[in-house]
Amino acid sequence: MDFSFPPQAETFRSEVQAFLAEHLNEDMIRATHDGTIHAPALHAAMADRGWLSGPVPAELGGGGRSALESVVLNEEMQLARAPIDAMAVTIVVAAILLEHANDTVKETVVPRLLDGTALGCFGYTEPESGSDVAAAATKAVRDGDEWVINGAKMWTTMAHIADYVILLTRTDPEVPKHKGLTFFLVPLDTPGIEIRPVPTMATERSNATFYDDVRLSDQWRIGEVNGGWAVMKTALKYERGIAGGQFPSPPVIDAAVDWARTHVRPDGTHPIDDPAVRERLMRALIDVEVCRGFAYHCADLANEGAMFGVEGSMTKLFASESYKRHCRDFHDLMGAEGLLTHEAVDAHLGGRIEENLRHSPVTAIYGGTSEINRNLVAEVHLGLPRIR
Amino acid sequence: MRTRLSDDELAVRDAFQSFFQNECSPAVVRAAAEDTGFDPHLWEALAAMGAPGMALAESVGGAEATLSDLAVVAEVAGAHLAPVPLIEHAVAARAIHRAGGHDDLVGELAAGTKLATLALRPPIDQTARLVPAGAVADVVVVPTVDGLMVSEGTPSKLRIPNTADLPLADRDVSNAAPLSGGTTNREQALDEWRALTAVAYVGLARQAIEIGVNYAKERTQFDVLIGTFQALQHGYADAATQVEGGRLLAYRAVWALETGQPDGSRLAGMALLFAAQAARFATDRSLQYHGGYGFSEEYDIQLFHRHATAWTLQLGEPALEYARLADAEFGARTVSADQGGAA
Repeated sequence: MDFSFPPQAETFRSEVQAFLAEHLNEDMIRATHDGTIHAPALHAAMADRGWLSGPVPAELGGGGRSALESVVLNEEMQLARAPIDAMAVTIVVAAILLEHANDTVKETVVPRLLDGTALGCFGYTEPESGSDVAAAATKAVRDGDEWVINGAKMWTTMAHIADYVILLTRTDPEVPKHKGLTFFLVPLDTPGIEIRPVPTMATERSNATFYDDVRLSDQWRIGEVNGGWAVMKTALKYERGIAGGQFPSPPVIDAAVDWARTHVRPDGTHPIDDPAVRERLMRALIDVEVCRGFAYHCADLANEGAMFGVEGSMTKLFASESYKRHCRDFHDLMGAEGLLTHEAVDAHLGGRIEENLRHSPVTAIYGGTSEINRNLVAEVHLGLPRIR
Repeated sequence: MRTRLSDDELAVRDAFQSFFQNECSPAVVRAAAEDTGFDPHLWEALAAMGAPGMALAESVGGAEATLSDLAVVAEVAGAHLAPVPLIEHAVAARAIHRAGGHDDLVGELAAGTKLATLALRPPIDQTARLVPAGAVADVVVVPTVDGLMVSEGTPSKLRIPNTADLPLADRDVSNAAPLSGGTTNREQALDEWRALTAVAYVGLARQAIEIGVNYAKERTQFDVLIGTFQALQHGYADAATQVEGGRLLAYRAVWALETGQPDGSRLAGMALLFAAQAARFATDRSLQYHGGYGFSEEYDIQLFHRHATAWTLQLGEPALEYARLADAEFGARTVSADQGGAA
């Protein structure tokens, strides 16, 4: 085995670090407390450098950066706490479109997604279908050259600032559920769409979106009629490959180390000198190195053109579950002061650990729950019987 | 970047996979456990394969294989609970060779005609306690405050009864002679042991999961295969995820030590702690999902369970390993003696 990075990727890492030092600041991170995890100025600066199209394969019209460079970009942005949610989703939407959309959409929409002038969001989950995503009930009915869409989507996060939603619909209710699905790209200013906020237990806001006789021309169809499951597979492939999520813990650990060094306990000692605290910190740092191994492994497989599936499941399962554990551990470490939110004037490092504690549960849910990922590891990696 | 075995490494893996399959069945492991915990015939066969000296220089009779190649063999040996101190022998021989000036001895070690081991803790009053393979090794490399020493002697062939029937014994090292290379050589040796043992743990854990998964595909309860139960599937999925994560970390540590990366020592310590814990979790799940049979001596999973518990403890308390890594990460603790125990 060889875990060295090619020189290009190392050079790119330095470029990304310099870029973040110049363009990312605390105000930008703080601005996400309004619930929208997006930094328009950072997004625009990334677009200027052509980095939004970086992870998209060159043969599809993307920037064609290697998977290793993409993981480097993800890693550095997450270590720096850059708000990447809207950006990551937009890049995934662009990649899906490049693989499955018609030429008109590829030529009119994709360039806007990749040059930073438009944002996309996901419309898969519904009030009655979460993990069982193929059970989507939002109906699309053909009417001449048009489609009429009726239904509701949950967790259309970023819909309130996005320009397009990539929508999973049911076009044939009479066939097995995976065979009656069709995708559409829906401009969010189309009449008949309503966006309602869904507040969460964390700082971020999500949305429920409602589709009431939304009429779309057939040119917005993505992939074949009733061929939606193939598009869904592409979507999940890119979501696991591009959207990141392997490095949520380091900023929390940094904050915990800072707390442990500076806080003074009633007995006059610092937590950093407590062996139990040191062991907890080391365990978290070990988990980060495990995540790093998984991230590099997925990138290596992608670089070789291998379609990674179960490796992505393991990566997400381990990264999100360990992140939750780290947040709980270090929230505990802080005791009463850990309760302070970013709104409290003297919250440690702007309430970073508290904010992550509240954010962390969703990471083991969105993009495939831990339970779904465990099912996949059991079935695909271990060959245990499929039970769904 | 290549996070999968190279073609050369795969060839090594395949060769030793069939070797251990043929030569190291669970019956062999059990027979060794009844005796010293060491199987001399298996060792001779391994020597015929060139394993004891594979990662030594050609000039002393070695094969100049990489540390990664050695790790590949350690993983397969771990999967078979091979009752031979391959890792300790190789690490000790490499340390003696690095120190220089012992070419005859190193030649014998490369050929496997003498058996070496690495004591993992400094001696107390000239005695190295609970030395891995101490019951059978001719040569013991001993860590001290200043570096390494080497002691030759006749092994007792008597192991001290222990959790995994390992050939542990105390060794009188009063005749030990210093090896040059100081603490650098010592740390390299201990880190190689950590990283290679981490890889061996991965082999053990993968095998323990495979045994359990195969059982789950045969065993019926409530009129269905127990492998269809989600509780069991998710337990194995968590175990497999930890083990595969540990595997990437362990091989990265081996690579980092081999190529002299600045974080080699850090990764080696991390890899051992993580892989040992993953293996303990995997063997716990696998034994549990065997039900009562898992607890019976007849089923092999208990062998894996006991070895998973034992290997890392030879190094001492895991808490001290965390403390060692923490000292390097955060600096030494600055607590006065009377507060030293506050935790």
